[in-house]
Amino acid sequence: MIISTIVFYALAGVLILSSMMVITSKNPVHSVLFLILAFFNAAGLCVLLGAEFIAMLLVIVYVGAVAVLFLFVVMMLDINFKDLQSGFKKYMSVGGLVGGILLAELIVIYSSWSFSKSAPENIKFKTPDITELSNTEALGRILYTDNLFLFQIAGLILLVAMIGAITLTLRTRDGVMKQDVSDQVNRKREDVVKIVKVETGTGVA
Amino acid sequence: MIELLTPYAIQVAFIVLKILLIIVPLLIGVAYLTYAERKVMAAMQLRQGPNMVGPFGLLQPFADGLKLFSKETILPDMANKPIFVLAPILTFLLSLMAWAVIPFGELFGKTLLLSNINVGILYLFAVSSLGVYGILMAGWASNSRYAFLGGLRSAAQMVSYEVSIGFVMVTVLLTTGSLNLTEIVMAERPFWVSVMLFPMFIVFIISILAETNRTPFDLPEGESELVGGYNVEYSSMTFALFFLGEYANMILMSAITVILFMGGWLPPFGIESVLIDWVPGIVWFGLKICMILFIFLWSRATLPRYRYDQLMRLGWKVFLPFSLVWVVLVAGVLLATDSLPV
Repeated sequence: MIISTIVFYALAGVLILSSMMVITSKNPVHSVLFLILAFFNAAGLCVLLGAEFIAMLLVIVYVGAVAVLFLFVVMMLDINFKDLQSGFKKYMSVGGLVGGILLAELIVIYSSWSFSKSAPENIKFKTPDITELSNTEALGRILYTDNLFLFQIAGLILLVAMIGAITLTLRTRDGVMKQDVSDQVNRKREDVVKIVKVETGTGVA
Repeated sequence: MIELLTPYAIQVAFIVLKILLIIVPLLIGVAYLTYAERKVMAAMQLRQGPNMVGPFGLLQPFADGLKLFSKETILPDMANKPIFVLAPILTFLLSLMAWAVIPFGELFGKTLLLSNINVGILYLFAVSSLGVYGILMAGWASNSRYAFLGGLRSAAQMVSYEVSIGFVMVTVLLTTGSLNLTEIVMAERPFWVSVMLFPMFIVFIISILAETNRTPFDLPEGESELVGGYNVEYSSMTFALFFLGEYANMILMSAITVILFMGGWLPPFGIESVLIDWVPGIVWFGLKICMILFIFLWSRATLPRYRYDQLMRLGWKVFLPFSLVWVVLVAGVLLATDSLPV
């Protein structure tokens, strides 16, 4: 019990610190790296909760794929840090105002928020006992057995979004030298090599 | 407080002992993998290979290690120092982390492994997908064009081939019905299912060559154009950590192949006979890993380097569609013949 409490505070502390660093660090590459650290600690918290499948997905999807692309793009940008910081004072008042309003709203909501007594009975899919059913199986049952059609529709919407993004950015340009592998493989000696017998002193016409 | 922590202390000491029992043989394995690489390549190229330090040159890897130890660590002036130092540490750490879930064998009815988690294969996939960070960070922090280009190439390559590795893993999981590595090894498949997995085995072998940046996909360190790739600015121990990480990753990928396709620590081809029953499982496991590692060395000595656009084409236009179709096909056949594992 003690150990898990210590681990919880360690993970949560590093998570909060690193997410602070994401927005305060001056170098954008450092920001992305802190973001990765934050994801990692969040995954650690999930493991602590017994949600191992979610934790692994978080690492695979966000850290292993999304953050790599972030890092990829940010590393290739040539950012002038002075320019970025110059507008800080100008926008400080507006930004502070928006932030303050949001914070106040959150405080108002959470101070008056209360669950109705019957809320636990209204949950449609209750969390199954972790000793009976593994994480993966429990999630699989909900996604693929109970709610298969909703899940498939969600997938279709994503597919449409993906096709939309591709059609928006697809453009055909003229004059691009394109490789066609079958052309390259089918190239024959007769098509490209011509043997010419050259007389001395005449050259090839 | 002390009475409260004593049971934990004993547990922690026990776990540390287990970790050492895994890491020390692993590092010795890495050392002798470099030796094997030089000897195998030498034999293929009709040379002697290392033969001066110790009998048959057996102490050569330790001599190399000592040499690297005694050199000076150089931090380039223009480098981003914290990340520059962190990158090799991360690479090395990740190559060791994955071994926590690898089952090595069975002894007196208990599986030999550090932690038996339910999502073992996902853990391996997650850790191996993190490997790209060490390289990307090294390339960026070095503040050198060669290192940066090497890092970018490597990142693009690893991300591309991870996709097909993921699909191969899914296909294997379809036939085992579990994410737990021990259960994957113990899963019984009919013979025709193993035959259906064979093309995926080929895809997996080629993908792990690309994932570990080995020939014929070693473009990140393509000497002829990039000097040495992402690790060009590194020297001494920082370089050694990259080197150890790369070779430990090779062994790890071979171990994953053995677990997914070759029955882990069980005797090959399901042979059950009094003659080989006494051989401990860990020996079979080691021999199978050596077999896959030999493929790594073999391809290094025989194949020329791929061109970069061909590498990307192979990953995205050949392996990805093929493995996607194969996942659906295997799933369909398993469903049609009612042989899905429960």
